[in-house]
Amino acid sequence: MGFVENMIKKSRLKSPWIVHFDCGSCNGCDIEVLACLTPMYDVERFGVVNTGNPKHADVLLVTGTVNHRNRHVLKQIYEQMPEPKAVVSIGACNLSGGVFKDSYNILNGAHTVIPVDVFVPGCPPKPEAIIDGVVTALNALAAKMGLGPAPGAALMPGDEDAPKAAAVG
Amino acid sequence: MLSILGALGGVILAPLAGGLLSGVDRRLTARLQSRMGPPLLQPFFDIFKLFGKAPQATNAWLVFSAYIYLLASAFALFIFFMGGDLLLLFFVLTIGAVFQVVGAICVPSPFSQIGAQRELMLMVAYEPILILVFVGFAMCTGSFSIADVFKLNTPLLLKMPLLFLALGYALTIKLRKSPFDFSASHHGHQELVRGVQTEYSGPFLALIEIGHWLDLVLILGLCALFWHTSVIGMVLLVAASLFTEILIDNITARLTWQWMVQKQSLLVGMGLALVNLLWLYVA
Ligand code: SF4
Repeated sequence: MGFVENMIKKSRLKSPWIVHFDCGSCNGCDIEVLACLTPMYDVERFGVVNTGNPKHADVLLVTGTVNHRNRHVLKQIYEQMPEPKAVVSIGACNLSGGVFKDSYNILNGAHTVIPVDVFVPGCPPKPEAIIDGVVTALNALAAKMGLGPAPGAALMPGDEDAPKAAAVG
Repeated sequence: MLSILGALGGVILAPLAGGLLSGVDRRLTARLQSRMGPPLLQPFFDIFKLFGKAPQATNAWLVFSAYIYLLASAFALFIFFMGGDLLLLFFVLTIGAVFQVVGAICVPSPFSQIGAQRELMLMVAYEPILILVFVGFAMCTGSFSIADVFKLNTPLLLKMPLLFLALGYALTIKLRKSPFDFSASHHGHQELVRGVQTEYSGPFLALIEIGHWLDLVLILGLCALFWHTSVIGMVLLVAASLFTEILIDNITARLTWQWMVQKQSLLVGMGLALVNLLWLYVA
């Protein structure tokens, strides 16, 4: 079984299928995510396929401000993805709420709802940064399988002592 | 005995060929869209990854259908390699297709449900053409046996060129290539999310994918039968069919089912096939 197990571990890093969920972004981040799939960047080189189906996906890309309505959807999408999986949070809005931080109607970032592996800051981040985010997420996945060191920083600075809004709201 | 072992070996090797061909497909597609494209072995990485994912199924029928589809595809290929009966092969192939519909229809997801309806449309479109092509084989060789094809000493392509085109039609539909990819689509394309495959995930999706590879090999094998007299001819014919298939996949937009069933399949596909059959009958 050694060969099969090895191949599975290797293949996980070579075939990250993504599902992209927009929590209510201004579409700036979404456009940059989709730009990664164009011939200019062509993420299919790395085996990335945009599946649009959480049941097929390995990596969840979240953009936009998470609010009290769509956090249930976000959680559901996350739960529908079979293990092993990774989450990449993209854009200022999704990292911390961005310009809307601490508004009454939104949560301060996707990490208050689901465990996030990688944060990609920017408003919007460049496609290069998003691709880098997915690659870092793969490193996080590899670390979980014991194939290398974990990438640093899993929380936004200053968020360590912030209350988990989702638990309250 | 030897032929059974040979056919079994063929069935076991077929996924390798199918995966490689599908890698070629993805790469060619990428090149046609002026992209670099994934590595040639990408389909195998995908399959291994899928097998490593946590199994997750909505209900037992889904799992059952995935296995039956794979088994039916493998058995159809086995019949083909044994030089068996074309009609039997057709029925076994249909069982696989039907169980794909069953798997898609037994879950509440609307994407999957509509995908199943459309899959039935696909079957309505390609099965009559396929049967007519097999009738053409029978008229040329005097039997439905594949082994009898190899007793002829002129290539079938000369006698049934139009049936070959009609078979090409049926194959594009059966492989769900654009413009007929509306019950489920390939690569990064999305139609009804993933149509009939929406609810499958992890290892079960991998089974379906392998079944699809087997279908691809079988279908290209059927194409090869049209030039059975020389190996070079077979390879040429298969390569040409595959390339045309990929080219058409990339340059056409998706049709509605009305277009496919009424105009494309009935008029063009069946028309070509019937004209050729008449010609065979007269000649
Ligand atoms: S981070 Fe900027 S670009 Fe992205 S959704 Fe928020 S406002 Fe739009």
